[in-house]
Amino acid sequence: MSEAPLLQVEGLTVHFPIRKGVLQRQVGTVRAVDGIDFTLKRGETLSLVGESGCGKSTTGLALMGLVKATGGTVTFAGERIAGLRGAALRSFRRRVQIVFQDPFSSLNPRQRVRDIIRAPLDIHGVGTPKERRKRVAQLMERVGLRPDQADNFPHQFSGGQRQRIGIARALALEPEIIICDEPVSALDVSVQAQILNLLADLQRDLGVSYLFISHDLGVVEHISRRVAVMYLGKIVEIADRDALFASPTHPYTELLMKSAPSLDPRQRRIFSASSDFVPSATRKPAGCPFHPRCPLATEKCTTVDPALTSRDDGRLVACHHR
Amino acid sequence: MRLPKPLRNPSFVIGAAITLFIVGCAVLAPYVAPYGVEQMDMRNRFAGPSLEHLLGTDNFGRDLWSRMVFGARISLIIAVVSVGGAALIGTVVGLVSGYFGGWVDLVLGRITDIFLGFPAIILALAIVAVLGPGIMNVSLALIVVFWTEYARVVRGAALVLREQNYVQAARALGASPLRIIFREILPNALGPIIVLASLGLGTAIISESALSFLGFGLPPPAPTWGWTLSYGTRFMRDEPWLAIVSGAAIMITVLGFNLLGDGLRDLLDPRQLSRGGGERRND
Repeated sequence: MSEAPLLQVEGLTVHFPIRKGVLQRQVGTVRAVDGIDFTLKRGETLSLVGESGCGKSTTGLALMGLVKATGGTVTFAGERIAGLRGAALRSFRRRVQIVFQDPFSSLNPRQRVRDIIRAPLDIHGVGTPKERRKRVAQLMERVGLRPDQADNFPHQFSGGQRQRIGIARALALEPEIIICDEPVSALDVSVQAQILNLLADLQRDLGVSYLFISHDLGVVEHISRRVAVMYLGKIVEIADRDALFASPTHPYTELLMKSAPSLDPRQRRIFSASSDFVPSATRKPAGCPFHPRCPLATEKCTTVDPALTSRDDGRLVACHHR
Repeated sequence: MRLPKPLRNPSFVIGAAITLFIVGCAVLAPYVAPYGVEQMDMRNRFAGPSLEHLLGTDNFGRDLWSRMVFGARISLIIAVVSVGGAALIGTVVGLVSGYFGGWVDLVLGRITDIFLGFPAIILALAIVAVLGPGIMNVSLALIVVFWTEYARVVRGAALVLREQNYVQAARALGASPLRIIFREILPNALGPIIVLASLGLGTAIISESALSFLGFGLPPPAPTWGWTLSYGTRFMRDEPWLAIVSGAAIMITVLGFNLLGDGLRDLLDPRQLSRGGGERRND
């Protein structure tokens, strides 16, 4: 715990204006990410889980600078990212990379695999052309592809192979952090396991950190060391994986665990939310964002938004009652 | 470019055959044409088709087949230069406009609108009137008229393509906008550009003929199809042959380019390109 975090996120917000009419008047705000804090240490995997639309992917894109953050600070290896420009930004790009969810749209259909994996080396001027060639072959082997397939086009590969290409591209510059945005949710279950094992191997060998964005609790339990649960743009609980899965503390974490499908048919049950009102990032309730669906909600929850506070066992929870 | 079974596509085959024939005639004109372009034979005016004169002769007894063949050169040069120029300018404007968006898009969009606001043929007439006739001036006039079409189509494609994950990935890698536009976006926008260009060749030939017909093309005795058609109409009542032949030359050529364009559109269908096209291997 004494080690300084590689990545520190404080109060990150991403708000999108909703504009309407000819004058593009702002009529509302989508609060996709609404003030989140977390840290990522060297060589660890932190998972961001939550339902669709809770802002987990937006968080990843904002960290990459692909979506403009509207507030908060992100510190990477002691440097603030928000102010990065020019050379500093380029060096940050080399050190943080991203793997996308959709292995089909994340590779340019008109480029050969060789050129796709080479692109980061070309952009950052790494090595001589001969060295880049060797590096491409080496990367392909590293992610389990045959280097003699380098001249093929993406459509000649299966989904799992394409995801490997995406991973090879992300690895090319030897980044310290890879943001994995639902890297396996578009794949078949058997292929998912292969890709997850590849990611685990790479972490063991290269010491890279993952920010692993997923909605699949089974996958998250398999790969992460710590888990952050997001709900409507907020982190409601961060804990070590085992602690979180053994005893979910926040009522939302509990609901999430219960609603995950079980392999045992006798364990199956239909879970109903305690309210028909499903809040969204455009009409976020006052106070705790979860209170309309929370079984423990009291008067206080409708007015005061609970802060993320530390508990005895080291976990962080944002709840008035637990 | 992958062309899955191009020979099975009748539009493409017929269009390509006609285009090849016309281009062949134009390139080999001195060998294909039995007579000189300006070689008159006053005793043989308005002769009908015969073995001696395949398509007959005009009001000065000049061999029509020879004039059509040399006219193809003029038409094709103007078509290729104007379409090439228009596609180049329009593609660059469209890519920049679509990729950057915001005020860049707004400014370029308004400029495009200004050009679109003029009726095409009037604008071309005005430009030729100012610059004077000549192959390059006519081409320039057609570029000014036609580039907006490419700009609009390419802008639309760029708007879609810039949201693709592979463009996001390139941005995440720190690629420059120039690299993203030309390496990631342009190759994927080529399909519609190629189709538009092949259809545009036909339109350019019609426009050039229209300018010549109105007397704003190359001045006589240049054997342009449009001017032959124009003065052919004067003798329409007694000797319709002249107008029919030159009109047919225009029609067949335009038809050829349009069939070629239609065929290419089917063959380069983005749905066929993005997923299918080759065998898939399994993990």
